[in-house]
Amino acid sequence: MTQYALVIDLNVCVGCQACVTSCKQWNTSGWAGPLVDQNPYDEEPSGTFFNRVQTFEVGTFPDTETVHFPKSCLHCEEPPCVPVCPTGASYKRADNGVVLVDYDKCIGCKYCSWACPYGVREVDAQQRVMKKCTLCIERITDGSLPERERKPACVLACPTSARLFGDVHDPASEVSVAIREQGGYPLMPEWGTKPSNHYLPRRKTRRHLDPDEIIRVDNPLRKEDLTTYTDEETLDDVTW
Amino acid sequence: MHPAFSVIFLTTLIGAGQGLFLALYTGQLYALAHLLPEQDPDFYALGSVLALALLAGGLLASFFHLGRPERAWRAASRWRTSWLSREVIVLPIVMACVFAYGLAHGLGWTDPLITIRDTLPLDATLILGALGTLGTFALFVCTAMIYAHVRFLEEWHSPLTVANFTFLGIASGFMLAAAYSAYRGDQLVAFFGTWAVVATLLGMASRLASLARNRRLKPKSTVQTAIGVRHQVIEQLTQGFTGGSFNTREFFHHEAPGTLAAVRWFYLVLVFPLPVALIGIAYVIESPTLPIAAFLIQYLGLIGERWSFFAEARHPQNLYYQRIA
Repeated sequence: MTQYALVIDLNVCVGCQACVTSCKQWNTSGWAGPLVDQNPYDEEPSGTFFNRVQTFEVGTFPDTETVHFPKSCLHCEEPPCVPVCPTGASYKRADNGVVLVDYDKCIGCKYCSWACPYGVREVDAQQRVMKKCTLCIERITDGSLPERERKPACVLACPTSARLFGDVHDPASEVSVAIREQGGYPLMPEWGTKPSNHYLPRRKTRRHLDPDEIIRVDNPLRKEDLTTYTDEETLDDVTW
Repeated sequence: MHPAFSVIFLTTLIGAGQGLFLALYTGQLYALAHLLPEQDPDFYALGSVLALALLAGGLLASFFHLGRPERAWRAASRWRTSWLSREVIVLPIVMACVFAYGLAHGLGWTDPLITIRDTLPLDATLILGALGTLGTFALFVCTAMIYAHVRFLEEWHSPLTVANFTFLGIASGFMLAAAYSAYRGDQLVAFFGTWAVVATLLGMASRLASLARNRRLKPKSTVQTAIGVRHQVIEQLTQGFTGGSFNTREFFHHEAPGTLAAVRWFYLVLVFPLPVALIGIAYVIESPTLPIAAFLIQYLGLIGERWSFFAEARHPQNLYYQRIA
């Protein structure tokens, strides 16, 4: 069974918001109608987004680290938002595991948003229905697109390739390998919602340098060198 | 959570309507057992109209909660999994039962259909009332389970929520029945008043228990599990946008802590001791107006109680919306 999901590498994300704007652009121009904003260029701007990039600071100054944290629907394997929906508008697609809202059936009761601990469902103030990330369902299921474009807009937009997309149930897929080999983890595991989206942790990049990597002790020229040196700079004095 | 007045009025109005219907039927059962004087059909018919008006008012209020009220009929389809769907089904059933009960009394359908063991004459009103009672309790459970079922809101996720909705609904309904009797000048004020006091005290016990429980609650989710970083000190620098969004409006009450405490004291006084004292005084001085005041004061308090019920629930999604950069 296929379960499409995103894997987001927090070690690589630079918080540029490209995924936010590309998501908004793609999904506001699509078949499902606009993702409406209120007062976008005025006081108190507000609007519907499927994807937000937040920033957290870990630690106390000066030992701090900035974590940019993109957040969208996690397409849980046990989505708590689906069974609470009174109309069946909220559903999980059987063929690829994407959690979707049927905008024509939604009555805008907001109950599903209460039943989501991640806060990834937003009511569209103009269409007055619940909206959420679709993983760009019309892109990823569009066989007429070339394979490399059959991905969510946010994944294609990410300049650092911090976002991977694929089938987390296929053990050989890029996302499964990343989760397995780079310590991918789900958010709020305490609720048993089994999010399909995973996050790759921050990794410290430390470089260990041996002294002989800095000062070259085995300069091959030295051995056969017949030159007499009188204080001038030689290759041995250069720090590599 | 943001306390929406649509839901506050829905739950308090139908609670009072359900309680009033239960009070009428309880009165009829007592009269049947000759523990109370027989009432004329008008008493039940008008009382049912009042209960029906409250239920209809609650239903009307619920439509204001919906983004797409014209599609509300769809909400009856997922009763297998959704308590909200179950409420949508049970509420009209209860309204139909109350309507039929009042109609049967109004049209005088009180000829016994069958007589059980020559002592219990079973007429249409008794059967309709029994069905209505079943439906009423089912509705209390459905309404409360909408909240108690959401496990992410730990303040709500408790059997005490069901107890509170049931007891407080019954209390306000019996209080209204006492007020109704006092207004009509019946002899039933003491009977309804006594049961209203009993339900109020039960409701006070369960509400205080839930307050005590909520005070000790330790949120399951923390900012550490929210972003999956193991460090004791994590602070949000930005939620990702400067303006508001659905997430910052729906899940925050945006009130000062002092307001919450003030509303808590407001309803703790208005719902529990004050109506009980007023009913007690009304009994002593046989006042026809004090039971009406008791009901109105308790209902006002219940609005505060429901407001507080929403405002004091902390949703884990709020961990993601702490700071605007």
